[in-house]
Amino acid sequence: MSYKQASYDEPFIGELRSGTTYKIPGKVEEKVLDDLPAGSGREKLPLPEVAEYDVVRHFTRLSQMNYSVDIGMYPLGSCTMKFNPKFADRISTFEGFSEIHPLQPEKSVQGSLKIMYELQEYLKDLSDMDGITLQPLAGAHGEYTGILIIRKYHEDRGELDKRTEIIIPDSAHGTNPASAAMGGFDVVEIPSSDKGTVDLEALKAALSNKTAAFMITNPNTLGIFEDQITEIARLVHDAGALLYYDGANFNAIMGITSPGLMGFDIVHFNLHKTFATPHGGGGPGSGPVAVKEHLKDFLPVPTVSRDGDIYFLDYSHPKSIGRVAAYYGSFNMMLRAWSYITYHGSDGLKENTINAVLNANYLARKLSGKFKIPYKALKKHELVLSTENTGKRALDLAKYLIDHGIHAPTVYFPLIVHEDMMIEPTETVSKADLDQYADVLIKGLNIDDAELKSMPKNLSVSRIDEVKAAKDLKVKWDLE
Amino acid sequence: MSKVPEDLKFTKSHEWFKEENGVVTMGISDYAQSQLTDIVYIELPSVGSKKKAGEVLLTIESVKSAEDVYSPVEGEVVEINKELVDKPELVNSDSYKYWMVKIKKTGNLTESLTPSEYKQFIGE
Repeated sequence: MSYKQASYDEPFIGELRSGTTYKIPGKVEEKVLDDLPAGSGREKLPLPEVAEYDVVRHFTRLSQMNYSVDIGMYPLGSCTMKFNPKFADRISTFEGFSEIHPLQPEKSVQGSLKIMYELQEYLKDLSDMDGITLQPLAGAHGEYTGILIIRKYHEDRGELDKRTEIIIPDSAHGTNPASAAMGGFDVVEIPSSDKGTVDLEALKAALSNKTAAFMITNPNTLGIFEDQITEIARLVHDAGALLYYDGANFNAIMGITSPGLMGFDIVHFNLHKTFATPHGGGGPGSGPVAVKEHLKDFLPVPTVSRDGDIYFLDYSHPKSIGRVAAYYGSFNMMLRAWSYITYHGSDGLKENTINAVLNANYLARKLSGKFKIPYKALKKHELVLSTENTGKRALDLAKYLIDHGIHAPTVYFPLIVHEDMMIEPTETVSKADLDQYADVLIKGLNIDDAELKSMPKNLSVSRIDEVKAAKDLKVKWDLE
Repeated sequence: MSKVPEDLKFTKSHEWFKEENGVVTMGISDYAQSQLTDIVYIELPSVGSKKKAGEVLLTIESVKSAEDVYSPVEGEVVEINKELVDKPELVNSDSYKYWMVKIKKTGNLTESLTPSEYKQFIGE
């Protein structure tokens, strides 16, 4: 397949002029102006002056200079960039959902509350947990909510002053230490074993009566299942600490096992990953947090409860950490996740998990002769390879993939493998997609370095000046 | 092939250091700078701060990742290379010329590698 991305010299929308003019609705009263401090009024207000056709064309052109799950495979490790099914998008646009207001009387939004209630039940069932909040607005926000629950739990037991540490493995997502630090805890990092899993001796040495929690994801960021997880849970609980499950990789186990069965106390989900709702700029995200019975009292309020056939917002958690979002969270994402779950059913969700794991292992097998794949364990939903043995840099091969119309994998993460690529195909790719991916990546090994470094050539922009982007970032348009 | 000068000592976490009259001068190895790729920021410690051997001394941010750099000695920071505040990329040009921190030794040195041991450690 040949690939050539569209390229436009597209101005910022504030610089576009359609020749249309507009008026700010209503008339500014002189009196209002008099009330303002002197000098705060402005002569000019340079808002975009664009007609509808220019707005649509502007954003369509920008989208053509972009890459998305609607264009091709997007195997960003740990990010789970699944195709977002169109039926779920369509349901989320139904007027009965899209035109409601969060402050409407409960009796007028019973259907929406029912969806939220059912999603709570589904997620609890899938994770084997007892209580849940749908409020957090993204995965990292879910983590932070979980950390606040950990704080509240230890505070409630009168131990917060001494339990100041959260232990995190060196293979963790960067958000884990960030969330722990934001929540006021000291981060204690422990190394992984030579199998790529938690080093039990290191964990034992780190655990103490200062430990508030241990945060891990399972399977971890190397795509390897932590097979000593029940022993880990016992050690953590014996130390009086809580075990936190980073649900970023839940799509690797859903329907097969669960965080609840493994002994976790708190779980966050990434609806925009496992449940195929849009990511990032196309989001917003959604990061529900589920807990075991002994932590239910600390959940944010309100949750959705039912009394017979009546659904209502429940503020009854007496020791709640409070709200973590205005209103009730990203309802549109909940709706898509609910649609995804009900469409697939429990058998379908399990099959998706199996196919995601199969696809990752198929790709690992295809690439294993050419690239070093550290750690022998069977991979789950993603694989981490190193380009070190090939003499090529991961970044250069990533650019080569992009130049062929295939999204690059995550590179240089996890930090414990040099020159690594972290590839997560998900279940939403075909065998043909996987074969093409492997073929292009392997072909890249035969391209000489000078040529590789000149790529990508088929995109609207070539190599970005990453140093300038990091040191001299301009995110503000200067109004004239 | 990374440069490994013969007159320095190295650590497994890729710092180099040398001791002169009770003051330890340190930086990162050529191998470390090439692994980091373009360095965009170095968070240096404040002069007067006290560090234990093996404790986080400073943080380097590159376009690829952010990494902690550890103190090779127990002691007190007596000087930092201020040139790196505005021009951290100098470390990419010569990581041995552009030292980062000078520490007055008050305790033990960390476990160190000789240049030939370090070459072996990085597989070169």
